[in-house]
Amino acid sequence: MPKLPSPPLPKALRPAPRRPGEPDEKQATTPIEVAADAGISVVDWIDERTSLSGGIRWMMFRKVPRGINWFYTLGSATMFAFLNQAVTGVFLAMYYRPDAAGGAYESVRYLTDQAFLGQLVRAMHKWGASVMIILIFMHMARVFFFGAYKYPRELTWIIGVVLLILTMAMGFTGYLLPFDQRSYWATIVGVNINGTGPFLGPYLSDFLRAGPEFGATTLSRFYAIHMMLIPGLIAALIGAHLYLVSKLGISAPPWIKAQEEPELRQTTL
Amino acid sequence: MADRHKEGSKSKYTLDRQMPGAFEGETVTRRRFMTGVTHGAGAVAAMAFTLPALGFAIGPLFSRLPWSWQPIGPPEDFTDTTYTTKVIQIVQGIGEAGNSIAYVRKRDPAIDTEPLDQYNHWVALSSRCMHLGCPVRFVAAAERFICPCHGGVYDFRGMVVGGPPVRPLDRFYTRYNTSTGLVELGPRYSVNSELQRFSPRDPGQPLDGIGQYLYPPRFDTASLTSR
Repeated sequence: MPKLPSPPLPKALRPAPRRPGEPDEKQATTPIEVAADAGISVVDWIDERTSLSGGIRWMMFRKVPRGINWFYTLGSATMFAFLNQAVTGVFLAMYYRPDAAGGAYESVRYLTDQAFLGQLVRAMHKWGASVMIILIFMHMARVFFFGAYKYPRELTWIIGVVLLILTMAMGFTGYLLPFDQRSYWATIVGVNINGTGPFLGPYLSDFLRAGPEFGATTLSRFYAIHMMLIPGLIAALIGAHLYLVSKLGISAPPWIKAQEEPELRQTTL
Repeated sequence: MADRHKEGSKSKYTLDRQMPGAFEGETVTRRRFMTGVTHGAGAVAAMAFTLPALGFAIGPLFSRLPWSWQPIGPPEDFTDTTYTTKVIQIVQGIGEAGNSIAYVRKRDPAIDTEPLDQYNHWVALSSRCMHLGCPVRFVAAAERFICPCHGGVYDFRGMVVGGPPVRPLDRFYTRYNTSTGLVELGPRYSVNSELQRFSPRDPGQPLDGIGQYLYPPRFDTASLTSR
């Protein structure tokens, strides 16, 4: 196992070499130095018990190929769009009431019109959803056109496709929640599209609606799927996706030529 | 693998392998037994919460929709030349979201060729489009039902004359209640292009040709009770 490289610390954070005549262990004197020492000792305490710093260094300070560019940030951008959805979604859930008898619409109207910053947070969630879909497709196009899905990164691609499908399912289930006319009819149409699948379609639409008709528990079912089931799956799969990205390294852009390595070009030993 | 149990090295009998406490004919070692028990207990524990939760989630697939006959008005409300719009309740307890619309008219023997029985003296059409379930609107001037979503068009009897719908508009059973003197509306049923009755299906599921075999009828069909 080769030793992990030490992180490239910026100049300001590197300890200065000891000057002649200075004592061996410099005592912290100014309040800032005391605070810094306290912070370091807390981090050291945790790291001594978890060895997390190795993993963080493995993840954050890995080698990347020459020629990477802004297109390589689209995956992180998608992840931050997801985090935006997660955070704003949790706070929207504090006001939302999945009540099909009219309470759902009223609670959304309350949080939009009355709650402090409610309009902003709801808009962040609503527009963030579209941003996330756009970023996913841009990220996917980057991976496709750069050929980054090829061996050994096929599993990363497959997990990415599952994440895309789950994000679509988030869009579908979230669309119903405001429970206005558009939500209602879009859901009727969407569920019926699922129902046109042969053999299993009717059971799938019954599962989504929690019964033969759009009923009292359809909304809460969509809410539970939207808020708990799929976000958990997405978070877990993002973890697997990132692990594979870090484990396999990222691919160089297709226009970067391989380095000349004379010993690799030998045809006979 | 096959020669492992041959002479000498490892017999499948614990007695032959000189294990302390081994007895005659025993082949499963304690280590293997404990491994199996631990895995089995883990599987039982996982299923103990997974199976009930799963059954809870898919239970509604097997439920039946309670349906009662709904009075929709006296017979004088309905003529055989145009449709009367009636608001009906499909699902109870969720307010307007549980309502739907039925278009009702008196049966006209000149155009309604399907066999007459006690349930179709009045023709009641469901307003949900048989493409994907949007609400159709009856345009009296054209004598057509028109769907706003994707352009489905139905004629006066609810037969498809244009657009993507896969079958005629669904219908409701109707009957005359002699004690109240009102026309009553029963459960929904689906029809194929010959207006033969089928149990209610979702929109988008054809009932002609191979379509009737691709989409199995649901478990939850509201059954028509006699009185």
